[in-house]
This record gives sequence, structure tokens and C-alpha cells, in this order.
Amino acid sequence: MDLKDLYRDVILDHNRQPRNFGPIEADGAEVQHAEGHNPLCGDRLTVYVRLNGERVEDVRFVGSGCAISTASASLMTEAVKGKDRAAVARLFDRVHTLLTHADAEPDAQLGKLAALSGVREFPARVKCATLSWHTLNAALERGAATVSTE
Amino acid sequence: MAANLSSIGAPYDAARVRRDFPILATHVNGHPLVYLDSAASSQQPLPVLRAVEDYARQSHANVHRGVHALSQAATAAFEGARERVRRFINARSTREIVFVRGTTEAINLVAQAYARPRFGPGDEILISALEHHANIVPWQMVCQQSGCTLKVAPINRRGELVYEEFERLLGARTRLVAVAQVSNALGTVLPVARIVADAHARGAVVLIDGAQAVPHARVDARALGADFYAFSGHKMYAPTGIGVLYAREELLGSMPPWQGGGDMIRTVSFEQSTWNDLPWRFEAGTPNISGAVGLAAAMDYLESLGIEAVAAHESRLLALATAALARVPGVTLVGTAAHKASVLSFTLAGVHAHDLGTILDAEGVAVRTGHHCAMPVMTFFGIPATARASFGCYNTEEDVARFIAAVGKAREVFG
Repeated sequence: MDLKDLYRDVILDHNRQPRNFGPIEADGAEVQHAEGHNPLCGDRLTVYVRLNGERVEDVRFVGSGCAISTASASLMTEAVKGKDRAAVARLFDRVHTLLTHADAEPDAQLGKLAALSGVREFPARVKCATLSWHTLNAALERGAATVSTE
Repeated sequence: MAANLSSIGAPYDAARVRRDFPILATHVNGHPLVYLDSAASSQQPLPVLRAVEDYARQSHANVHRGVHALSQAATAAFEGARERVRRFINARSTREIVFVRGTTEAINLVAQAYARPRFGPGDEILISALEHHANIVPWQMVCQQSGCTLKVAPINRRGELVYEEFERLLGARTRLVAVAQVSNALGTVLPVARIVADAHARGAVVLIDGAQAVPHARVDARALGADFYAFSGHKMYAPTGIGVLYAREELLGSMPPWQGGGDMIRTVSFEQSTWNDLPWRFEAGTPNISGAVGLAAAMDYLESLGIEAVAAHESRLLALATAALARVPGVTLVGTAAHKASVLSFTLAGVHAHDLGTILDAEGVAVRTGHHCAMPVMTFFGIPATARASFGCYNTEEDVARFIAAVGKAREVFG
């Protein structure tokens, strides 16, 4: 178990300077959002999406949490922006496999998200990394209540 | 028991005490374990482990039920443990000692069997803003059930009860006051003797949550005068799943049973059942016999070390750790009461408590991170979580040094 594997430079960078941080102002276009909560550590975040048909036109988040949850949310927003819903779902499956299967090799399509592969060595922290993804799913499904990891 | 020697005038030998706890010899992530999470659950010394094993090997059967030899041996061990608890907290009678799963169950018992049947609209239950969820939620449930009202006495920025506000809230409508003796999240020691006296002067009964107090201070239930006193075994070097509700006999005798089943009855027919004597009326079903045996052994052990000696040792460690931690850039101590016991809660700028916990764990240092089952305390300080180091009889100055070094490592990782 190596801390450098968990706290890679990409993770620390996205924790320090989260991308796409802040709400999407509703400017006439419809904005969907959902809240996520990890009661274990108190992490809370809200994910906002603006769809254009099936395509994620914009995605942003606000909230406070540990480095893993913040960096994961930040990396997620970069990864899904511009993708259609089906592609987002496929990407979530890939991330989930990466986080939970000991022998999963990061594939090229994961891009920067591959930095999360160290999290699986720290089972107590997997939920930190998946919180934003579950919350994004809820936001895409619209009208969903608060998502909880417990 | 090797540690017996330490109470005979010699200085407290924590390294020697540590050897009584086999689990402390384990390595975590390649480092010798530094266990600083005793406030969540303490470890068990050899005499406790042996007592539990001996009971299982030599004496186990169900209690209060058989004429056979083992049932009698088990009953003697279980009721002997009750007498041990009575002596430990200086209760008048074993009729005042109810075995429960832990502090949480003890408080729920009082909430449901004492408060719920007799409180109604207009009645108030007064707690402090420092309480553990176990001393908040059972009262909220009673309020929903009976229509009474929960009042909360505030704390100040140091994490101390604002006594004038507490006194102001303690009024003619206050029927029950429920407070911790020591805050689990911050370590604040509350002035429970004064609280008991003031509450009694206004006609309210008092429940003290002693979960964090019993391993650090001698508790004299009679001298304190509390009506109810609740604590858990697993925070005082005994196994999990065993705890105690001390209740003044007069009150306990006036309470209806709260769980029905075997052992709590005298006679049962389909028309009507009659209740057993105290304290068994409140112990439905087969109890945690081996847990009670372990608890009695833990009390023997703690007294062999000398609770005052243990408390003095822990205070030294707390002072040492507090001073060292305060010098680490970015550290904010959370809970700086003048009177504290064994708990050091803090945050580190730029590093979430959860990350801090992971990094410390990688260094072999076990601390608690999160809200410590005291979300309102976190809300008061405007933080989602803290890291909390807590000290027990087996911690050493080296543990403190390793802990401080690991916090330094966290700063390094997060640059």
C-alpha cells in the first residue's frame, strides 16, 4: 500500500484546483442537478448538468469533501462534458470496474481518470471516488432525491 | 498480572502496560501499530481475554435457568460480575445494576421505560450541544411519541457548556437532564456534580452518559447522586456488546419493563404475566454472560493499574500531544476546554480529515476521522469532520511522537 498510488499528482492537482467548480446558472436552458452525500465522512456535493438532447452540454459541481471525492468529481466533469448519455454510462462502468476490480487495467479511453486506479487499494475510500458518479447519474435521471453512499 | 506492580508507588510504566495488550504488538502497513482510537473502542488486556476464554471453556451455560452445575457456575459468574460493577461505581445495591448492550441501549431503556410513559406536552428534556447521537436521538423519539420538548444548552467556541444558558434552560418544565460526563468528540469534561445538584434542586432527574468517563475517572454513583448513569464495556478495556445502566432503585422500581421475554417475568399465562424483581425485570432474554465476565475482569484490571494513575498518565500524554500538535503549521485544535480528558480533535488546513486518516493509517497510526457521531458539534464549529486522537492506559510518549510525525507526513503528501 503506497500513498503515492492514492495521492497521485493528478489527484492532488484536481483537489487543489477543481475544474468546472460552481453551479450552472439557469439561463433559460434547463439545468438538472442532484445532491450526493457520504454520511461516513460528511462529503457533500451537487452535480449540475445541462443536456442538449442526449448530449451533456455542460457539467459542473459544488461541494466539499476529501481529496479523492473532490478530484474524482473534477476529473469526471472533464471526462463527460460533450459525451452523450450512453457514452457517459459506459464510462461510469469502466470507472467502476477500475475502482473495484483488483486486476482491471486502465484502458486508453479512461484518459486522466486512470489516476483513480490507486483508490482500489484503499477499500474504505472507494465510495469517495464513486460519489460524484452516482450523483451525476441521479442528475441525469432528473428529479432524483439526495444520493447517499450508505 | 505484570501491571500490578505499577500501582505500588512506582511511576506509571506505560510500556509495561502496553505488553498486557497482545493486539498492540501487531504491525499495520509495515509499521508497529500506534493505537489512538480508544475513545471509539479500547483494546482488551490479557486478563480480560483470559477471563472470557476461561468462562467459555469451564463455566458456560445459560443463567438463572438450570439446576445443573454449569448453569449454576454461569449464574455465579454473571451475578458476580454484577456485584463487581456495583463495587466499581459504588452503587448501593446490585438491584440498581442492569446489564445492557452498551450506553446506547441504556439510554434507550431510560427513554422508553422512564420518560415515555410519564412525559407529555409541556414537559421538557434538557441536553447539551455536546452530546453523542446516542444521547440525542432517543430523546427525539420520546418527544415524537409523547409530545414533550427537547431543549439544548449551548456550548462556547472552546467546546465548553455555557453554564448560565444551561441554568436558564433548566426550568420548572424540565423533567429530565441528560448530559455526557466527557464529550466523545471534543474531550470536554462537564461539571456533572453541579449539573446533578442544580437539576435536582429544580425537581428534574438526571441521566449521565458516562461512556467516555469510566476509563478515565473514578465514578462514585452514590456521591454523584445521578439518577441514571450509563456506560459501555468496550471503551474501558472490556469486550463489545456489554454495558451498564445504573439506575436509582426507587426509579427503576417504578418503571414498567421495556422488553418482554424470558428471564424478565415471574409468571406467564395467556391472560397476564407478572414481572421479575430488579434488576432482571429489565433483562429480557439470555444476556451477554461472557461479556459481563469480561467487564468484571476489565474493572479488576483498571483498578490494578489505579484509575487515578491511568488518568494522570493520559493527561500527561494529552498535554504533550496538544502542545506538539499546536506547533504544526495549519493545525486547528477543535475543543480547547479548560478541563479535558484524553481526546484531541483537530483539523489540518488543506487536508480533509478523511485523507488525514488514510495517511496516518499508512504510517500505522489509527485515529478516528469523521463526525464522531456528534454531527451537531461539527455543525457548531462549521466543519464537516475532524481527526481525533484519543489516549488510553497503554499509550506512550513514543505513540505521541509517531502521531505528530505522521501528521507532518500528511502535510508533505499534500505539499
